[in-house]
Amino acid sequence: MVKPSINQVCLRTLSHPNPASIDTYMALGGYKIWQDILKNRPEPQSLLTQIRQSLLRGRGGAGFIAGLKMSFIDSKAPKPRYLVCNSDEGEPGTCKDTLILQYNPHQLIEGMLIACYVQGMDVCYHYLRGEYQKQYDACELALEEAKSKGFLGKNIGKTDLSIDIHNLLGAGSYIVGEESAMLESIEGKPALPRSKPPFPAVEGLYQQPTTVNNTETIASIPIILEKGADWFLDYGCQNSGGSKIFCISGHVKKPGVFELPLGTPFKTLLSLCGGMRAKEKLKAVIPGGSSMRVLPAKQIMNLSMDYDSLQQAGSALGSGGVIIMDESTCMVQALTCIARFYKHESCGQCTPCREGTGWIVRILERIIAGDAQLSDLETLERIAHSAEGRTICAFGEAFTWPVQSFLKHFLPEFKYYARHGRSMVTGR
Amino acid sequence: MTTVKFSLSPTLKRGINQWVKKFPKGKQASAVLMALRLVQDAHGHLQDQHLDAVAEYLSMPKIQVYEVASFYSMFRREPAGKHVLSVCGSISCYLRDANGVIETIQEKLGIGMNQTTPCGQFSLKEVECLGACCGAPCMLVGDHEYHTDMNPKKVCDLIDKLDKEKQHG
Repeated sequence: MVKPSINQVCLRTLSHPNPASIDTYMALGGYKIWQDILKNRPEPQSLLTQIRQSLLRGRGGAGFIAGLKMSFIDSKAPKPRYLVCNSDEGEPGTCKDTLILQYNPHQLIEGMLIACYVQGMDVCYHYLRGEYQKQYDACELALEEAKSKGFLGKNIGKTDLSIDIHNLLGAGSYIVGEESAMLESIEGKPALPRSKPPFPAVEGLYQQPTTVNNTETIASIPIILEKGADWFLDYGCQNSGGSKIFCISGHVKKPGVFELPLGTPFKTLLSLCGGMRAKEKLKAVIPGGSSMRVLPAKQIMNLSMDYDSLQQAGSALGSGGVIIMDESTCMVQALTCIARFYKHESCGQCTPCREGTGWIVRILERIIAGDAQLSDLETLERIAHSAEGRTICAFGEAFTWPVQSFLKHFLPEFKYYARHGRSMVTGR
Repeated sequence: MTTVKFSLSPTLKRGINQWVKKFPKGKQASAVLMALRLVQDAHGHLQDQHLDAVAEYLSMPKIQVYEVASFYSMFRREPAGKHVLSVCGSISCYLRDANGVIETIQEKLGIGMNQTTPCGQFSLKEVECLGACCGAPCMLVGDHEYHTDMNPKKVCDLIDKLDKEKQHG
């Protein structure tokens, strides 16, 4: 195996002593771009062009071109405009933003400042999931350090430029990670996704123009401008610029988080984790957090981890949460675990989701209890297909894709369970 | 029966003001999540009188505060034990035997899910993904003390340690 280049973008401070300190970050070239912006006040458009050229895509899961999203803020749009940084990490299998927050908060802060400058924004709200108190404290400390250097606040460096960043904490909710739900939450309401249009770029936080980006996306911006869009593009692979933080969990010897070039072979990820944990062979992988479609071992073994390759295989890169399952896994029970998550986290606004998540769990629990009929599998399939695309937010896809893909690839296991009332894998 | 109206302590008001300051003028309702967390930390759980006081303090409709308190999972409307053990049951933890951890806790403490020990020391909760999937199975003590790579032995030791804290403190 060729040793891959690890932790070079958002996690570049990780191998240094005191990774979170401003001195460490600045010694690595951090805040160079921001200081240059303060001094020379480049045309925001020229910075945006570079971000677009890098093909940086939204790292939270949707994979939308970040520079394009930023360009939705009209230069004549009313002010105030808001940037929202989404650190509500909650997609099962994903634990990447936590490392940026704890070990490289300054790169995130510089990213927020640049993004605000480019889009003519003067306030950034940084929303962390409620349980991330330690990460919040690290971000608060970093913010103080950056303020003491005069990098943000009112009239930065005696210029007319003012940018404030505020760290916020949530209170326990998966759906708040959906961008418009996050805006509702910041407004002090339950996190119910909004109907779109209007999109946040037009009517976002407090009805003002707003952009919401994932933490990893924002933290990638400074290094793109520092080293150039071409460097970032070359670091990744075709159509997938740059790096991705992969979180490998489940049945591997040493689960771990690695920031790798996009296009890294799946096999490399597996070896970085010391391979499979026991004697059991690889059975299946969910490559991008539990909402993405599962892929059987034989399919993923020869894939590379990037947007195109996983999409062609019928799944997606998602959030980079790579969930590894070995042959000891009962797919019926695993899907039940996933389905319970979505039932619990559905906000309840849309009927197909509120009811559908419950129907799916009840059918799966019936199969496990030995009370199912084969026709229940068809019902399961029908619910999964009829809910997809019929909800306000992407939760409709998130809870149905696992069901569709588990049934597609592991149907015999489901049939066996429905027929015999016990698992084909565990015998119980 | 006379009821004394609950009012927020000066410390709580100061704490809430710190959050209100982060938002534009007139948008103080944005601080409601943190206000409720502060009140819950101070009083253990959120009673109606707490919600009413927060609504009044932030000049927002009571119903909006009640909605928020019931929507977000970290808010408790019922009393809980001194140590709330929240074990993640989502897929990455499930694959690494979160159920074994849950069963161990239930057996050791003699309580079921969403129950509190009679002595009031421990409550048990199953929660969804905590964002620590590479340290699965993981759990929380209280709102934000993470414990990762759990197993039956580790969780027993943890409970013993927490229990001792009571005797010494």
